[in-house]
Amino acid sequence: MHTIRTPDLPSREITDEALYWNRREWLKAAGFVAAALPLAPSTLAATRGDDDELTPWETVTGYNNFYEFGTGKEDPKRNAQGFVTNPWSVEVSGEVKNPRTWDLDDLIRGLAVEERVYRMRCVEAWSMVIPWNGFRLRDLIDRLEPTSKARFVEFTTLHDVRRMPGQRSSILDWPYTEALRMDEAMHPLTLMVTGVYGKTLPPQNGAPLRLIVPWKYGFKGGKSIVRIRFTQRQPLTTWNVMAPHEYGFYANVNPNVDHPRWSQKKERRLGEFFRRDTLMFNGYADEVASLYTGMDLRRNY
Amino acid sequence: MEPVAAQGPRRVPGSPRPGAPRRRWVPIAKVGVWAAALVPLLVLSWGLAGGFHVVDPVEEIQRRTGIAILVLLFATLSVTPLRRITGWNSLIRFRRLLGLFAFFYAVLHAFSYFVFDQELSFPAISADVAEHPWVLVGLLSFVLMIPLAVTSTQGWIRRLGGMAWSGLHALVYPIAIFGVLHFWWLVKADVTEPAIYAAVLAVLLVARFLVRRR
Repeated sequence: MHTIRTPDLPSREITDEALYWNRREWLKAAGFVAAALPLAPSTLAATRGDDDELTPWETVTGYNNFYEFGTGKEDPKRNAQGFVTNPWSVEVSGEVKNPRTWDLDDLIRGLAVEERVYRMRCVEAWSMVIPWNGFRLRDLIDRLEPTSKARFVEFTTLHDVRRMPGQRSSILDWPYTEALRMDEAMHPLTLMVTGVYGKTLPPQNGAPLRLIVPWKYGFKGGKSIVRIRFTQRQPLTTWNVMAPHEYGFYANVNPNVDHPRWSQKKERRLGEFFRRDTLMFNGYADEVASLYTGMDLRRNY
Repeated sequence: MEPVAAQGPRRVPGSPRPGAPRRRWVPIAKVGVWAAALVPLLVLSWGLAGGFHVVDPVEEIQRRTGIAILVLLFATLSVTPLRRITGWNSLIRFRRLLGLFAFFYAVLHAFSYFVFDQELSFPAISADVAEHPWVLVGLLSFVLMIPLAVTSTQGWIRRLGGMAWSGLHALVYPIAIFGVLHFWWLVKADVTEPAIYAAVLAVLLVARFLVRRR
């Protein structure tokens, strides 16, 4: 059922607006992956079902949740225009060899950017299929050299009321934080995203740097990240603090564990009228189920 | 001033009293109410036909019809307090129209849930209702509207008699409360909008007791 999406971007998608800070690296990586494909067909973990049509650009970039720019689905696109992401610095702290603040360009320079087509399943029971451009989080973590004490990694979103108007109201406990267990963070499917559809990530989608964990509900993917912190203890995460019974730390896509208020058995692929079955781990069970062997997923939702 | 009904057959609420002056503005205003009540349907149809960008058609249907139901229910509930405050008894002649339009949008809303969300699968619907109070209160609100819509005609008012009819139609209160609760439970974090609806409903309910019949 799974097919491998080759990075066969049509030229229209890369020539008009290439990833501006690492176009060279991106092209190199794309060429490299394309060349390596025939040799390593099953190791490239960008899986996509036969009926996973790409969600159109307009929907991907015009309809999403990013409460820092408003709670409506169309608010982020409207309110994030003009959001400046250059320069951008990222503080790396906690259980790491050299805690320091990085300029984003330096932080990610040379990391191999690939295209990954992932299903995105929102906890609200809708979904998309999105061609992200990004690099493996594990490559970044290797660069940062966390200590042996690091068991979790936490991602903090920018907190700047002047630039993020949604933060004027205290519906969430700003800044937004999300976190992963180290083995989840090191999983090859876990992606740090800098682009979508071959273009620089638009601000409404979490520019300049966001997390994508395709087997988890969308809210796990922290956006506009300004801090990466390695910890010994499980960090507090925003939605879990906000409503612990509704949003767990793990938030793995699981059709067998409902949200207390609504069903998670099915989802609406945006643009379709009828709903389709939600897949265990969002269809990535073969790749990630082993991370949770022996865990009660009903308890650790 | 509520006129004392003459002896004889119970007067049908909303119908002109025998001998009352004809209100020429009423038919014109009814056209206005029809036009206003059809606005959500027109906007929705325009969007679904491609007039503006609709990302999730089913969500669009459910959100727009849901808001229309609540607004029309509130309009229905405001008739009596307004009538008592202003003394315009003719207002009652719009109540059934407003209530039936609320029901019309409720039918669309429920239809989209039964057909698009659940594909008319009875097991899926019953499981969804049993497991999720959010769905349950929505469904209850809809189901309770059915007898009210059916008995909204003058014939049914006569058949049931004024007291029984009024008693039955007091179901509009739980219908509205369940409707607002349904909206509230849908929201993840920002309850501003449902809170506004809840506040309006509270004012309308309190108004009925404060503005007593004189």
